[in-house]
Amino acid sequence: MSISLPDQSTARIPKRNFITNENGILSWLLTGDHKRIAILYLISITFFFFIGGALAGLIRLELLTPQSDLMASDTYNKVFTMHGVIMIFLFLVPSVPATLGNFLIPIMIGAKDLAFPKINLLSWYLYLAGGAMTLAAMITGGVDTGWTFTTPMSTHFSNTNVITTGLAIFIAGFSSIFTGLNFIVTIHRMRAPGMTWFKLPLFVWAHYAASILMVLGTPVLAITLVLVVLERTIGIGVFDPTKGGDPILFQHLFWFYSHPAVYIMILPGMGVISEVISTFSRKRVFGYTAVAFSSVAIAVFGFFVWAHHMFIMGVSNYAVLVFSLLTMLVAVPSAIKIFNWAFTLYKGSITFETPMLYAFGFMGLFTIGGLTGVFLGSSGTDIHLTETYFIVAHFHFVMVGGMLMAFLSGIHFWWPKMTGRMYPEKISQLAAVVTFIGFNFTFFPQFLLGMLGMPRRYAAYPQEFQVLNVFSTAGASILGVGYLLPMLYLIWSLKYGEIAGNNPWEATGLEWQIQSPPLTENFTVIPIVTQDVYDYEWLERQKEIEVTHVG
Amino acid sequence: MGLSPVLWQFLVKWMTNFAIIPPEASTAAPWVDSLLVFMTLVSMVGLVLVGVLVATFSILYRKSAHPVAVQIEGSTLLEATWTIIPLGLFLVMFVWGSVLYFRIYTPPPNAMNIYVVGKQWMWKAEHPGGQHEINSLHVPTGIPIQLTLISQDVFHSFSIPAFRVKREAIPGRYTTVWFNATTPGKYHLFCTQYCGTQHSGMIGEIDVLTPEDYKKWLAGSTSGVSLAQNGERLFASLSCNACHNGQPDARGPSLAEVYGSKLTLSTGQPVLVDEAYLRQAILNPSAHITQGYAPIMPTYQGQVSEEGLISLVEYIKNLSSNYRVQQTLNTTALLPEQPDKTPAKGAMGVAKP
Repeated sequence: MSISLPDQSTARIPKRNFITNENGILSWLLTGDHKRIAILYLISITFFFFIGGALAGLIRLELLTPQSDLMASDTYNKVFTMHGVIMIFLFLVPSVPATLGNFLIPIMIGAKDLAFPKINLLSWYLYLAGGAMTLAAMITGGVDTGWTFTTPMSTHFSNTNVITTGLAIFIAGFSSIFTGLNFIVTIHRMRAPGMTWFKLPLFVWAHYAASILMVLGTPVLAITLVLVVLERTIGIGVFDPTKGGDPILFQHLFWFYSHPAVYIMILPGMGVISEVISTFSRKRVFGYTAVAFSSVAIAVFGFFVWAHHMFIMGVSNYAVLVFSLLTMLVAVPSAIKIFNWAFTLYKGSITFETPMLYAFGFMGLFTIGGLTGVFLGSSGTDIHLTETYFIVAHFHFVMVGGMLMAFLSGIHFWWPKMTGRMYPEKISQLAAVVTFIGFNFTFFPQFLLGMLGMPRRYAAYPQEFQVLNVFSTAGASILGVGYLLPMLYLIWSLKYGEIAGNNPWEATGLEWQIQSPPLTENFTVIPIVTQDVYDYEWLERQKEIEVTHVG
Repeated sequence: MGLSPVLWQFLVKWMTNFAIIPPEASTAAPWVDSLLVFMTLVSMVGLVLVGVLVATFSILYRKSAHPVAVQIEGSTLLEATWTIIPLGLFLVMFVWGSVLYFRIYTPPPNAMNIYVVGKQWMWKAEHPGGQHEINSLHVPTGIPIQLTLISQDVFHSFSIPAFRVKREAIPGRYTTVWFNATTPGKYHLFCTQYCGTQHSGMIGEIDVLTPEDYKKWLAGSTSGVSLAQNGERLFASLSCNACHNGQPDARGPSLAEVYGSKLTLSTGQPVLVDEAYLRQAILNPSAHITQGYAPIMPTYQGQVSEEGLISLVEYIKNLSSNYRVQQTLNTTALLPEQPDKTPAKGAMGVAKP
């Protein structure tokens, strides 16, 4: 272990920090401080994560038996719709960017705040408004269209709260646009002197790429949802074939956002993994420029692959060729990243703290998730596999196995910076292992179910699929424990955790050179960046200077 | 594909017995499965490679064994290696997958056509000979069969895992898929596109029969009126023949042998007359006016069901002369018991009742 904590008998949390700077609930609700907003976001997305998780639990319980017996099929449909809506729009999209990104990007580039602090606060309020409307839609009867809002189901045939949910996502979408806008401007304009583009931590590069996707993609989703609402209320007919519209148009518009959205979700997670792997192998990220540009490549190619969601929907065969080819191309930057992370370990000096264990989990699960994506990107096999549990397993490997592991890795990594305290290391390592095992038990059987042809979104299924579903449900209960554990010990650590000090992991980022928790203004003096990114030799020299100085 | 047949048989048996893949019951199934096997192998190699790299480095360079890290910038050669090799493999999968895709979605010209209408929450199959089925489909082995799908309400998706084929049924447009069944038996039919309350109840059975059994089934399940005959009846009852009668002074264009021909619309735009065009021309005639005719045809939107449209389309497709159109001009009811002159042109395999 290489956690370097200060002497616990004398160490204190710095008296003045962003948490103690002001008191009272209003000082939080009206704050412009990016760190406080990040904490507000963290609390809200955790709340929604556990609601979404509870719904997932209900889904797995229903699927324990082939019959639809725990709930009526209408209820089941509403449950999986809400699970998808909450997990995607209210958890995954804001997960890393709005919490860790918000907290860290200004500090990492040596700035005192984001470019537009008030817009940042507004973005949280919009998120809350969207979240509240989603909950309202759920409580007043739910919505049963699936998170994909497929027309004409959503416009003509569903009798549920489509409009409320659609508007909720419309509003939450703006929170994501504002976050992206803020990041882009901040990264362009507010870097400290000497912080050139190629000295930016890869976490920042990943967020930059994701922000571009947020700003360019989300408006299309907003337009699409408005069109669905207008079609439902006044029947404008854009998606209605009897009025000359076309439901396939909806598919194009929806996936034009919703495919890049998976990169909005995964890229920030990749940023976390780069930081964590570098820190715990005490080594520069192998092929820094390749990793940085692969983020940008994912963002660019990510915009041109949306129609691979529509291979069986009667789009032209030649369009399928193009989109299948581009899909294969977008898989390459992800492969580049995985190999660069693996080679970062080469000749490192590796320790295995909790964030690193989660990062290893990410690498394994994301590799499986990415490779199975190729099964779906190849059009001939997509025909058999799409709309089955294979696709469910694939995106859960990427989004939960990948993104959620990255999120937990990041939370454990920066928790001492955010709160000034450590969590109990042994229990957290156990949680990481339990999550990994539970995850594989839950989702691996779903690949097999999909190969066998079990369709997704079925409340009842043929008898022969039961064994694998039982495995999956059993795994989900282990996974649930894996997610509850951090919730408990992280809260516990707020009061009882050991004092972390400035740099418990001996990491190189600017955020580790300031006090924990940071001051409201982050830096008393704007740093002048002379060191390289991931410059462990510089860090060693700093330590020596400190020792001589104090001595 | 490239694999010895014995080994392939063994592999398939092993996988089906351990319930990893569904039975292979069409000619497409082994094609798809060989690509799936290839992809699985490549994925396993990739995963094992990443796993071995991470595990080996973690052991060799753990802090206790390797206390000081050696800083390495990167390696262009390695970057190129892990860009080009995955790219190459992905491109192989792309080409192979695309070849399969074109094969699975390009029906051979001699395929026997069956119409399938999806609606909440059932599948209705309309055989050309007039056999109707709900949530089941009887097909013979050894003949390419094309399904022309359409939905009456929301998106549905017609999936037969044992055939490795699936196609979306979309409101307002025809989509097609074809297969050639190889093994008699009963297989799952699923709706895989979420379609509302009873989505998981929209399942059925594909009954693959030997050609002899299929003939028996056809004879035993006919409704007595073929699709085209039903279409003829509709054609008369909707008074289509008042204008489309083939007379030189008719107000509508002659429909005999119009299917498959190239028309020029009043906008000057050339079109190929296929099923989709015929359907659109009935529902939205003002946008499909043949050059030289006045836009006087009313819309039939909402007046004819999808099954009715299929019958009309099937009738027009098989219409080789205007003789019977003129014969029935002033007839209010057409007796179905007159199969002698049933227009049954083309290779559509219209079964005689």
